Amino acid sequence: MTSFVLRRIGFYVLICAITLFFAVPMLWIASAPFDASPGLGVHWPDWTLENFRKTLAHPYAMHSMVNSLLICVTTAVAVTAFAALASYALSRVRIPGRDALLYGLLLLSSVVTGTAAMVPIFVMMFQLGLIDSRFGVALVMTGGLLPAAIFILKDFVDAVPKSYEESARVFGASTLQILRDVVLPVARPGLATIMVWAFVNSWGNFLVPFLLIRSIDKQPGAVLMQTLTDEGGSVNLQVLPVFSLLFSIPVVVLYLLVNSRYGFRFHGGIKS
Amino acid sequence: MASPSTPVRTAAPARGRAPARDVAGLGVGRALGFVAPALLLIGAFLIFPALWTIYIGVTNYRLTGVEAVSPSMVGLSNYTRALDDALFHNALWLTMLFVLGSAIIGQNVLGFTLAWVLRRARPAVRRTVEALTLLAWILPSTVVAYLWVAFYDRDGGTLNSLLGTPGTAWLIDYPMACLVVFNTWRGTAFSMMLYSSALQAVPPSQLESARMVGASGWQTLRDVVFPHIRGHVLTNTLLISLWTANDFSPFLLTKGGPNHESETVPVYIYNVALQGGELGYSSAISFLLLIANLLVSLVYLRLLRRRS
Repeated sequence: MTSFVLRRIGFYVLICAITLFFAVPMLWIASAPFDASPGLGVHWPDWTLENFRKTLAHPYAMHSMVNSLLICVTTAVAVTAFAALASYALSRVRIPGRDALLYGLLLLSSVVTGTAAMVPIFVMMFQLGLIDSRFGVALVMTGGLLPAAIFILKDFVDAVPKSYEESARVFGASTLQILRDVVLPVARPGLATIMVWAFVNSWGNFLVPFLLIRSIDKQPGAVLMQTLTDEGGSVNLQVLPVFSLLFSIPVVVLYLLVNSRYGFRFHGGIKS
Repeated sequence: MASPSTPVRTAAPARGRAPARDVAGLGVGRALGFVAPALLLIGAFLIFPALWTIYIGVTNYRLTGVEAVSPSMVGLSNYTRALDDALFHNALWLTMLFVLGSAIIGQNVLGFTLAWVLRRARPAVRRTVEALTLLAWILPSTVVAYLWVAFYDRDGGTLNSLLGTPGTAWLIDYPMACLVVFNTWRGTAFSMMLYSSALQAVPPSQLESARMVGASGWQTLRDVVFPHIRGHVLTNTLLISLWTANDFSPFLLTKGGPNHESETVPVYIYNVALQGGELGYSSAISFLLLIANLLVSLVYLRLLRRRS
């Protein structure tokens, strides 16, 4: 009996400790944006919205959010479109060497990381004149995300019943019509997952834009945060917390959206 | 692509699974056309850079100012230089510490503990803890990094006011410990979810009989639970180690400092390449990192195949 009670107590102490460990750093992002004197340890915030006004008035803060949107929407759409085409073909047609190709893709997606390839990517983009180009950043990210995207999406496409396509075929639909009107609608949860996954991954990517973007007015949010910490030699404590909060919102909202609509199947690195 | 993105749930391409039925009438030729755009992008921005790393690594390519001086071949001298480079050895050692502390021990142990303990917790408790860890996982990594910079801050960071240690510059005095805690915090959700689903595969009857014969909690874990989830433990450990070894976020917290004390291999590559301008030498190190990634991934794929 006592051992049971002790175990219960131990259980709750452990749970409380772990919860605190995860909750305490999170308090910063919940309170600092609304605090008149942020970054001053644990205290009840002196509530204000002044930081939001400052952030909105910051010359680059909101602009960087637009840059992030441009880059990440381009990346997400490109990844989804190209991965959909490729995974459909790989799922339905036995292209010679298909298994080796898929195996190679899986290997590639984990072996060649941004950190291991940063020098050649930088040199290549430098020589192509794509330094300081948001489109260039989107291209690099698309290339990096595609192997894993094809791999995940092929699973979804494999699950689309082939009898649907057969009946469409009987009614004389063309290949593109079958793809557009039968396969893609049925595979929509997979496409949504991939799109969100690609968006979230590129939204959080720091290294690629950090390497390739030079001018501050083209920086996406992830890089601007780095700039905000060095601005004038000290951390901009009024803008950074608000910016962190705003910058997190799209990711969290998308996650909740996909989770509620399709039930989030947990794909490995669905986020970093 | 800086972020690890290997699908874990999907098995390795098993032969013969989902027999291809070409009902859409694609044919091999058009199918190749469908695959081509993706392959082109992957080739240009992934395969080609990877191969180019090998070439740049055997040259003395330098970046001076904005102009690149045309490089010449130097054979393997970049690699022999790495053998003698104390800073590279330091980076290797710190990366191993980082992986061991935050992935192999931190995320693994905390993730498993959570999965094990929350299994029988009340739904409300379970949901709260899961939501918190998941939030840590889905927040953008730059946000998480600055959240921890603020947490560790010398002048009134949360940690100092909690511990009553005002003025302690955690990121300067204990940079590696800070990085290990940071990475454990943000990565644990992955291990937790993987182990939660793994634990569902342990037959309740075996747990019950372990309890009947009076096995201690530890004995139950070692002799009943662990044999069932060994594959998951291996997969998880390999993956999170790979991600942690390639993680660039130490740069966001410490930039590798102070005095190289937290300069892991990715941060060292960056510092050598873009601060020092030595593209050739840093490419050689990048290639070593690539080889290490390849070895770990091959082990992982081998394990996946054996299980499926």
